[in-house]
Amino acid sequence: MKSRWLILVLIVLAIALPWFFYDWGHHRHAGFLLSMLSQMGMMVILALSYNMLLGQAGLFSLCHATFFGIGGYAAIHLLNAAGTGDLPFPMEVMPLLAGLAGLALAILFGAMATKQRATAFAMITLGIGELMATAALMFHHFFGGEGGVTTNRMIENSLFGLTYSSGLQVYYLILAWTTLAAVLMYYLTLTPLGRMANATRDNFERAQFIGYDPRIVRFLQFALSGFFAGIGGGLYAITYEIVTFDALAAPLSANALLMAYIGGTTVFGGPILGAILITLLQSGVSLLSNSWLVYVGVMFIAMVIFAPTGLAGIVKAHGPIKHAGRMGSLLVPYLRLVIPSLGLLLGFIGLVELMSFLTIGAAQGKKLVLFGGSIDVNATLPWAISLGSFLLGGLWLRFEAAGFHRVWENLSAEVRR
Amino acid sequence: METILISVLNGLVYGMLLFMLASGLTLIFSMMGVLNFAHASIYMLGAYLAFTVSRFVGFFPALIIAPILCGLIGAAIEIWGLRRVHHNGHIAELLFTFGLVFIIQRLVQMTWGMLPMAYRVPPSLDFPLFVLYGANFPAYRGFMLLVSAAMLLGTWLLLKKTRIGLIIQAALTHPHMVSSLGHNVPRVFTTVFAGGCLLAGLAGVIGGNYQTTEPGMAESMGPIVFVVVVFGGLGSLAGCFIASVVMGMIQTFAVVIDYSVADLLRPMGVMLTGDTLLTEVLTVPVARIGALLPFVMMVTILFFRPRGLMGTRDT
Repeated sequence: MKSRWLILVLIVLAIALPWFFYDWGHHRHAGFLLSMLSQMGMMVILALSYNMLLGQAGLFSLCHATFFGIGGYAAIHLLNAAGTGDLPFPMEVMPLLAGLAGLALAILFGAMATKQRATAFAMITLGIGELMATAALMFHHFFGGEGGVTTNRMIENSLFGLTYSSGLQVYYLILAWTTLAAVLMYYLTLTPLGRMANATRDNFERAQFIGYDPRIVRFLQFALSGFFAGIGGGLYAITYEIVTFDALAAPLSANALLMAYIGGTTVFGGPILGAILITLLQSGVSLLSNSWLVYVGVMFIAMVIFAPTGLAGIVKAHGPIKHAGRMGSLLVPYLRLVIPSLGLLLGFIGLVELMSFLTIGAAQGKKLVLFGGSIDVNATLPWAISLGSFLLGGLWLRFEAAGFHRVWENLSAEVRR
Repeated sequence: METILISVLNGLVYGMLLFMLASGLTLIFSMMGVLNFAHASIYMLGAYLAFTVSRFVGFFPALIIAPILCGLIGAAIEIWGLRRVHHNGHIAELLFTFGLVFIIQRLVQMTWGMLPMAYRVPPSLDFPLFVLYGANFPAYRGFMLLVSAAMLLGTWLLLKKTRIGLIIQAALTHPHMVSSLGHNVPRVFTTVFAGGCLLAGLAGVIGGNYQTTEPGMAESMGPIVFVVVVFGGLGSLAGCFIASVVMGMIQTFAVVIDYSVADLLRPMGVMLTGDTLLTEVLTVPVARIGALLPFVMMVTILFFRPRGLMGTRDT
């Protein structure tokens, strides 16, 4: 019940957010915010559809961007056709058509890939992803080579009479489709297919015994996730009016994985959280630091080792304790974690920034500004402080974490009783 | 004729380099069930470490030091990383090594920068070994063949003639039985993982100056190595060897063949005109399709014969 309110708040916030930053003096919207929010919308679709495989069906796919990209290319060509008047489809259904393109390709590749599971599935999807990325650079007719294909989104054919000349209109289109796709994907988890996907993930032999063919379940799940990824790709094409081979290359597939996993694959909303967080990091931290991917990578590895349920999973784990009204007794242990974690974090950031500045930053001729002050990279002091804070924080955190773990275990046992 | 001979030699050099990488990966994969995505990253690390070490002590000591460093890194990854995520299942292990790829990639960029390194062939090996139909065959490629042959022999002797080799071989096919017999299987795992990384590092040392030492080298090598491992089959070093050489040949031969399907059709009286998608597909020369071939091979073999060429069990 509560999560419904959360979703409603999220949607209202997404609708209202551009107006908070409206520049009344010049009567225009904050362009950076709008493009970031639009990007978030697409990434939410990508991450959620990826989680249909990783989280719900236990399939580690490495070619998810293929379907996102093909949706993008399809939308570009459809928009071009619509622009010349050859295609009587309004703008609002373009993402749907892009999704169908993704679906078609996912049916084709899914028939091959879903014959396998686990590692072999990962390998076959790796092959498919690389195959498509290489092919995209090779065949200029459809993919446009390295330059990509461009379009003009003002096709003057809209259900609501919109021109889509402004970023705000495009953003609301993205928001509408994102909400629709997310709702559909949520209800899909409640269908027999969604349940069987979970069953084949947990124990595919038992699912076989009951009389289901795990391969069919995997295939349907794969095809549908390709459909949703295609919708995301269509929105990408409409927003940027250009699709290059980046939209279907391996880094985007990896991004989908990172977003879904960091957000949490065990909770439906997890990937939404992950997509928002990673996009924020991408557009925020990447302006400040060259090495934002290090942070994302380390965060990912730390998640794999320490919190395989992701951020949403951590929040969910507090459920029983909160239900018993014992959240208060976790406050002090949490506060005790703060200082050592901060030490570890700041030390790590310091080390990474100093190190990357020595090579990459210096080559760009910038000055290193860290924590508000200009810092000389060649001096010993910043290195020593960072290293000391990193090591001290790490050791201290280890000690505190053990204590926290004890408190947590006791509390969980108490609540269970 | 001369193109064929030179291509065979080059294909063999490349194939042996691939084998050096793939043999470690296939050992790790067949034994622990972990497909180490970071294997090619260790290869890159080997090349970079060799570059740095060789600046201080010269190339030949680096040939030994850099792989050992890579082996130690591998052992550390296994003990502090993989072992901790092992109980979460294969997907968690895959994800872990996948994350390592990111981190190693960035660490390398942070430490050595984005530009290619000036890691060159040592002067003592920088001469033409022999001349073949007017084309030089560099001595360094001969040296690469020598190193990889020595490594092949060494691995073979280790696996067939020593006690640890016997245990490893047994653990390849019957890991549970081996642990039931009282062997410390986790330690065998660490040894194999470190050994595989050592081989990858060695491949990096001699491959780094054969190709270029740059941050993208792991990305370009990684998928090919997976193709080789999958194609060769699980638990079979012989299959891995054949697959490596075949892959090396395919990659070098594809570059020199400048024909397309359209050229084949022409004598049959089919002329292609116009500028459609179909004509484009048919007129692309094999030289450009070469990059696609490994992945087509991988998808095909996983679809039709998931155990690979000579594998003993399914991937």
